[in-house]
Amino acid sequence: MPLIDIKNLSYAYREEEGEPISVLKGIDLSINEGEYVVILGHNGSGKSTLAKLMNMVVDDYEFAQGQILVDGIDVLSEEITDDDVLNLRKTVGMVFQNPDNQLVATIVEEDVAFGPENLGIPHPELRERVDRALETVGMSRYAHHEPHRLSGGQKQRVAIAGIIAMMPRVMIFDESTAMLDPIGRREVIETLEMLNREKGITVISITHYMDEAARADRVIVLDDGKILLDGTPAEVFAHKEKLRAAGLELPQCTALCYELMAKGLKLEGPFNTPEQCAEALTRAYRRREG
Amino acid sequence: MKGFALGQYYPADSVIHRLDPRMKVIAAILYIVASFLCKNFFAFVLLVVSALFLTLVSKIPLKILLRSIRALIFIMIFTAVINIFWFTEPDAEPLLAWKFIKIYRGGLFNALFILVRILAMVIGTSIFLTYTTSPIALTDAIEHLLRPLAKIKVPVHEFAMMMTIALRFIPTIVEETDKIMSAQKARGADFTTGSLMSRAKALIPVIIPLFASAFRRAGELATAMECRCYHGGEGRTKLRILRYHVRDFVALFVIFLFVGGIIAINIFGAKYGWVYTM
Repeated sequence: MPLIDIKNLSYAYREEEGEPISVLKGIDLSINEGEYVVILGHNGSGKSTLAKLMNMVVDDYEFAQGQILVDGIDVLSEEITDDDVLNLRKTVGMVFQNPDNQLVATIVEEDVAFGPENLGIPHPELRERVDRALETVGMSRYAHHEPHRLSGGQKQRVAIAGIIAMMPRVMIFDESTAMLDPIGRREVIETLEMLNREKGITVISITHYMDEAARADRVIVLDDGKILLDGTPAEVFAHKEKLRAAGLELPQCTALCYELMAKGLKLEGPFNTPEQCAEALTRAYRRREG
Repeated sequence: MKGFALGQYYPADSVIHRLDPRMKVIAAILYIVASFLCKNFFAFVLLVVSALFLTLVSKIPLKILLRSIRALIFIMIFTAVINIFWFTEPDAEPLLAWKFIKIYRGGLFNALFILVRILAMVIGTSIFLTYTTSPIALTDAIEHLLRPLAKIKVPVHEFAMMMTIALRFIPTIVEETDKIMSAQKARGADFTTGSLMSRAKALIPVIIPLFASAFRRAGELATAMECRCYHGGEGRTKLRILRYHVRDFVALFVIFLFVGGIIAINIFGAKYGWVYTM
């Protein structure tokens, strides 16, 4: 049974007046434990709403239809209890876009402790969880610092540690790299990949950066509230025209490879990342020399 | 604004820094009470000695301590001067009499006592609370001390949470104010010249975006807190546990000794009719 199972999900919200605006239109999606999934889409494709629904943090459920099962908890059910909601949020952790707006405490380690404190984790386990979480994201050195003195990438790593300390099985990153500089982005991406590969946490990353998508196990493209493509990066990137219609561009290295192939160069894939692209080109070059 | 410091906390390694914050809140209250109890010259001498003692023990540089006094200097002088003129002794000869103004010897002492009292209170509270206790430790202490009030439905946890969040966001908002002011300056806003009125008006285009963004931040923070299972103070544990040590009880004993000393001097003073009482 998949960890997250979404069936025929529709969602709309109402502006102050007028007809409700439809955001999601019949989504079917299942995500298994341990997967590293990137959800791609341009602004307004519904990707953030989808993420927020999985954690029950949208404001209004009036126009939510269909079913979202997270580890057996039916999110959209009428009879959902407060305990269910707490359990859901314990299973699914979420890291947001702006690191400044998700840190609560004035000291790094106390912020990391915020989630487990809410769960009522007793000492000494609380202390262990905080230390381990900070170590996992490589921020142990900053345990006693004030968050506002850290860089964007460091703040976002502290926010990630705050979620890890709650020991979730799924982590959703809702455009968590969008506000960071290139160094901060790399720090966060390396952290989330490490969490998936080494800790076995299911990672759902929502982004519009194609090069982030290239590194995932599975890419889902949302367009206008519907799933446009779903597959491995190579499968998804093969649909260049569809992606462009959805407002997305291929990663530059992949686009380059396609252009070279159009000019007659014989290349063998995959070439989703710069490393793969370099390898494909080297192979082609060697073949010509040899 | 990376160097922006929260509060006036002065990090140093002193006995007072190491005291439990709850004990420091209690000590500060007792110290204020003691300064109000002082009734005669010798009690005030003891008060001055204790203030000097605190300054020495806390390892706070005098320069920094003077900063907190400077802010109150006007109030102190004003109250002292009022007291000089206000004081009347019916059966004593005034030192100076000019028209309706009469200055008595007792009035001068009274003014001096009030000056010393305010000075001691400022030094006492700033040493016990602001300079040696970080704002977050202070919030923790107040939450602990007020916890009994939660039984009569006073939202103690919520209050402490609000304090923590406010402290967390002060530097963020200050930084943002800087950014908005620069942005408005780049568009030709002028904050430094003109009348007070026009300068106040120039701040409106700073305040409105600042408020808008603060509300947006609040919304996002609330969502993030919900995601991290925040559901009020019920069933919450805390990473930092406050524990009383032997030194805390020693400090409390010393403070009680000090208050007792002042009361004893008052009683002696009343018995033997020491002069310059108030």
